[in-house]
Amino acid sequence: MADLPEYLGQHVLISALALAIGMALSLPLAVLGARSRMLRWPVLTVASAIQTIPSLALLALFYPVLLAVAYVTERALGLSFSALGFLPTLIALTLYSMLPILRNTVTGILNVDPAMTEAARGLGMRPRQVLFRVELPLALPVIIAGIRTATVWVIGIATLSTPVGQASLGNYIFTGLHMENWISVLFGCAVAAALAIVLDQLIGLMQSAAANRSSMRALAAAIGLVLVIGGGLSPLVACGRAGGARREVVVGAKTFAEQYVLAAVVRDRLADAGIEATTREGLGSTVVFRALAGNEIDCYVDYSGTIWVNHMGREDIADAQTVLSEVTAWLKHEHGIVCLGALGFENAYALAMRRERAEALGVRTIAGLAAHTPTMQIGGSYEFFGRPEWPTIRDAYGLRFAGRRQYQATFMYKAVQSGDVDVIAAFSSDGRITAYDLVVLKDPSNAIPPYDAVLLLSPKAAKMPRLAETLRPLIGAVPVDLMREANHMVSRDENKRTVDEAARWLLRQIHGTAP
Amino acid sequence: MIRLDHVSKSYDGGRTLAVRNLTLGVERGELMVLLGESGCGKTTTLKMINRLIESTAGRIEVDGQNVRDHDPVLLRRGIGYVFQRIGLFPHMTVAENVAVVPRLQGWTRPQVEERVRELLDLVDMPPAEFADRMPRRLSGGQQQRVGVARALAVRPKIMLMDEPFGALDPITRASLQDQYRRIHERLGLTTVMVTHDMTEALLMASRIAVLRSGRLLQVGAPHDLLTAPADAYVRQLMQTPKQQADRLAALVEEAEP
Repeated sequence: MADLPEYLGQHVLISALALAIGMALSLPLAVLGARSRMLRWPVLTVASAIQTIPSLALLALFYPVLLAVAYVTERALGLSFSALGFLPTLIALTLYSMLPILRNTVTGILNVDPAMTEAARGLGMRPRQVLFRVELPLALPVIIAGIRTATVWVIGIATLSTPVGQASLGNYIFTGLHMENWISVLFGCAVAAALAIVLDQLIGLMQSAAANRSSMRALAAAIGLVLVIGGGLSPLVACGRAGGARREVVVGAKTFAEQYVLAAVVRDRLADAGIEATTREGLGSTVVFRALAGNEIDCYVDYSGTIWVNHMGREDIADAQTVLSEVTAWLKHEHGIVCLGALGFENAYALAMRRERAEALGVRTIAGLAAHTPTMQIGGSYEFFGRPEWPTIRDAYGLRFAGRRQYQATFMYKAVQSGDVDVIAAFSSDGRITAYDLVVLKDPSNAIPPYDAVLLLSPKAAKMPRLAETLRPLIGAVPVDLMREANHMVSRDENKRTVDEAARWLLRQIHGTAP
Repeated sequence: MIRLDHVSKSYDGGRTLAVRNLTLGVERGELMVLLGESGCGKTTTLKMINRLIESTAGRIEVDGQNVRDHDPVLLRRGIGYVFQRIGLFPHMTVAENVAVVPRLQGWTRPQVEERVRELLDLVDMPPAEFADRMPRRLSGGQQQRVGVARALAVRPKIMLMDEPFGALDPITRASLQDQYRRIHERLGLTTVMVTHDMTEALLMASRIAVLRSGRLLQVGAPHDLLTAPADAYVRQLMQTPKQQADRLAALVEEAEP
């Protein structure tokens, strides 16, 4: 909860900015739309179409687009900007804010009684005066209602900006989800909801002040808005981080518990060596890789198989050593990324089932499972069934499951435990494998590619010898049972530990075992 | 003061005409009433004078000048206009409504305030009581008095009124008709007023122009129309108020001992 000022501040900043830009774009566009039928239809249709894109997808879409733009502007104009976090979020939120403002403004203007506009013209107002003195004031309640809707939407959707690297109240929600810390999830939701409600009410007060010409109410609403927005932004101003200028090493992490713990381990290890470091968590898998290649973060832990399959586009199967050395060479050659080495454990896909079930069926290997699959359900993460590993495993062993379901990781383990599914595509380093007493089925054909955890340094970080020097002792120092235990510490329901506690515990174990 | 010379208005390129070849002069100080059923072209004629509607043929002169030679916006500011459904702006106070045109004309604040007070006094709406009220807190009669005050704000010589008292109850209507007639005399205005109410036309007009299907049937003083209608339609039109007056007179006689 110590992060509240920063998360709230970032949330307020990005939402307020998106709404301001959204209004600046929508209001003139809506006025033109109200005047011209030719323009109105396409504008509203495009705005509606944008609204139908799922928010998470829209946020994610702008990241590669901006990366490409950043690449071009840097080559052409020598201008470089960060495509991570702030900008993609700002653009997506701005687009989302536009539909309600556009639609309400157009409707508001079109619904002004024609007798009013005729009276305005009859008295000698010019078209611009008719607009500003009669049409807009009369449409104002409807326009403000649109702005209120946009405000509530934007504040809600801003919580989804965590995976593209923008800090917000969503960090509580995403972290909480991956750690099974429901208090954190609720806290993030509650603060975001409270922010939305307070702003909605203040704008409503502004509206009633305008309708009743009550300067007292207008003043109260204005003071309220200044307090909420100013108060939200003050911690950012205080530490001057609103622009995202950084002076310290940034450690990235994807969206699951192990990544959070490892990022904290790296950060603490650097801190112990006197190198100021901070973490940037909850980044999408592609986002974090691109961010490293673009020097927007300095290091993070990825998995050899992920790079092999996702980034190198390899579909062939090779042994762990070959994968690791080819991945290392490819990263250096293609992106200037330095792979310091493997940490010592794998976080591979692993088919797992309840121990008693497996024993009852006498299943120990995936090959042995195949015969039972026509009456079984398999559960996987959102991405699993779309990854090339799945058809590889399926075809290698002739698996024919009766059905498959997709889960957020937390719910996937619960699903196999409760018997909703028979088999899950688990992660081999996940603490819940031991905690839920699951067995990992053996892969005699080596159909599942190796997923060694590897520590990667950005091209820029690679030029800081002290960084590599400080982190090198982590290589080979994290066996899978240690990682499972640390993972379990932060995600179990009882006696739950914070990420920082788990990281310190893991560091102590590493130091104990390190040469 | 106002001269319409062979004026026509068509909305579909000449196939049908809302106003056909209309020629009419309004003298300085006159209160000319355009009378006719709805759809006869009387409101179109009125709006062509300040170019809220553009004529498609003919020539319209105001004060000896072709209205086409004016910037329509400046033309409208110089001509008072009272609207059919009152047309006060609901988001402005009474004072702000009255001050619309003076402000458009760039008057200073003290000039505007002074003028608003004068005008509200003129229409019997004490400024202390009414200046800061919103229109929705006024009766229909009060609203239209503000409408008249607003039209008079920059001292126009000409007033155009589009069925100004149509929405009011009979007692309020009669009192406003009287009041406007006095203002018209006192300020030496030239007024063109549209109505379909024969009695209103007869009681207020210096002259009446009867229109039907976009054509001018007859122009004359109320007395002339009553005594010498130009055709059957005008005679029939004048019949109604005459019959009503006769019946009322009979009722009065009956009641006397």
